[in-house]
Amino acid sequence: MKSNLVYFDYASTTPVDPRVAEKMHECLLLDGNFGNPASRSHEFGWKADEAVEKARLHVANLVKADSREIVWTSGATESDNLAIKGAARFYKDRGNHIITSKIEHKAVLDPCRQLEREGFEITYLDPDENGVISLENIKKHVKDSTILLSIMHINNELGAVNDIEAIGKFTRENDIIFHVDAAQSTGKLPIDLSKLDVDLMSFSGHKTYGPKGIGALYVRRKPRIRLEALIHGGGHERGFRSGTLPTHQIVGMGEAFRIADEEMEKDNKKIAKLADLFWKEVSGIEEIYLNGSFKNKIPNITNISFAYIEGESLIMALKDVAVSSGSACTSASLEPSYVLRALGRADELAHSSIRFSFGRFTTEKEVKMVAETTKRVVHQLRELSPLWDMFKDGVDLEKVEWVTH
Amino acid sequence: MYSRKVIQKFEETLNNPQAHNVGRMDTNAKNVGTGMVGAPACGDVMRLQIEVNDKDVITDCKFKTYGCGSAIASSQQMIEMLIGKTLEEAKNIKDREIAELLELPSIKIHCSVLAEDSIKKAIADYESKKT
Repeated sequence: MKSNLVYFDYASTTPVDPRVAEKMHECLLLDGNFGNPASRSHEFGWKADEAVEKARLHVANLVKADSREIVWTSGATESDNLAIKGAARFYKDRGNHIITSKIEHKAVLDPCRQLEREGFEITYLDPDENGVISLENIKKHVKDSTILLSIMHINNELGAVNDIEAIGKFTRENDIIFHVDAAQSTGKLPIDLSKLDVDLMSFSGHKTYGPKGIGALYVRRKPRIRLEALIHGGGHERGFRSGTLPTHQIVGMGEAFRIADEEMEKDNKKIAKLADLFWKEVSGIEEIYLNGSFKNKIPNITNISFAYIEGESLIMALKDVAVSSGSACTSASLEPSYVLRALGRADELAHSSIRFSFGRFTTEKEVKMVAETTKRVVHQLRELSPLWDMFKDGVDLEKVEWVTH
Repeated sequence: MYSRKVIQKFEETLNNPQAHNVGRMDTNAKNVGTGMVGAPACGDVMRLQIEVNDKDVITDCKFKTYGCGSAIASSQQMIEMLIGKTLEEAKNIKDREIAELLELPSIKIHCSVLAEDSIKKAIADYESKKT
């Protein structure tokens, strides 16, 4: 890769930690651990199975679960699908109502849309102005027919954190299955599933310095949660998810989660410092707005709207910096971020948002460089912006009659 | 997603706005026509101003554009095509020409459409002042 390119998009994916890559290499070649973990008849299989179970333990340890509660999947998207469609279809005789929020990842929203086509009724909750789903809002929308609630732990665009402890207490008392998409959480916030009343939790390998193409779903044993499988063929993973286990991917995710458990505190301290520095540097720019709230977000993600500048042009001007506007899955479209829209942001602010996300390998030098570049190009783009002129002239943009095309 | 031409035009304009006709003219001047099109909600707003002499030739242009890189490059491309043209010639500039010159992908065609619209509006504004 070009060495002058700075990576500030850790929320979309992370590089694999070198220690993880090393473990993965050991599971590929003839003289390595390449066997099929499902082979019971020879040592190649036993050794692979051992590595898979060790990795399962590492994942379980990070979130204080029993390793028998961890099901391997191809990633958080599959985990979300399995949790939501699997639970809804299995428990459909209990009711047909599901609650989620408008700012979930598409991996939650799209399975919900599919369930609507199958006759389920879905309520999409509004977040508050900072991107948080309140328990009060959930309570207001629960019905006798509600069987499932799916709420993310940390929002991927804003870094906003939901109170899954309080929400879990409520869902447990009311016999509602609680699924949490925790793709953004591992290694950033401690998770203790021995205390939380969460029934299903999705994890991703590649958001936590593991490889892409691997994830896991936590499926609670006590009280036992059952699911209708999406993929059949061999009955792997106790029937929840068939398919030969990819040893190298699993070992990679296991090692990544083991490191996360060990180094979370160190990583977080460093990233919090860098995030403070970044905000200190850029917050002097006129007319910028933090999306989300410092009181309730992880420092890894800083999402800023730069008023009177269009986001795509800002990304293009920040050419040596890899950032994203909104979620990477939707940034190919011209639509402003649906997450920012749901917060009630005006269109021009939703159009102008940039997500800066930091990680384990971000340096202070990079933060200073990106802050400087941001200040410079924001000024340059505003020189080009007729809206900036109008703002400076005191024109109220809300009152202008625009000629749309 | 962006052609080399779009990136080049965008960067030239960004780094040296004065030399690339970024700016504003006196909206009330008799020899100036102003056309502003687009909306913040759609993610692009283009303001084009033309200065016209008594032979109906466009002698100078200024613009400011809020929008993606293609919108800014389209504005720049449009300016290059406008200066020195008569109003009648300018009226015949088509969005397709701009799109082809910049190799705009189909998802960005609206940027060149916006440019054509701004030319029409600026000329109409100028002509309304003359009558």
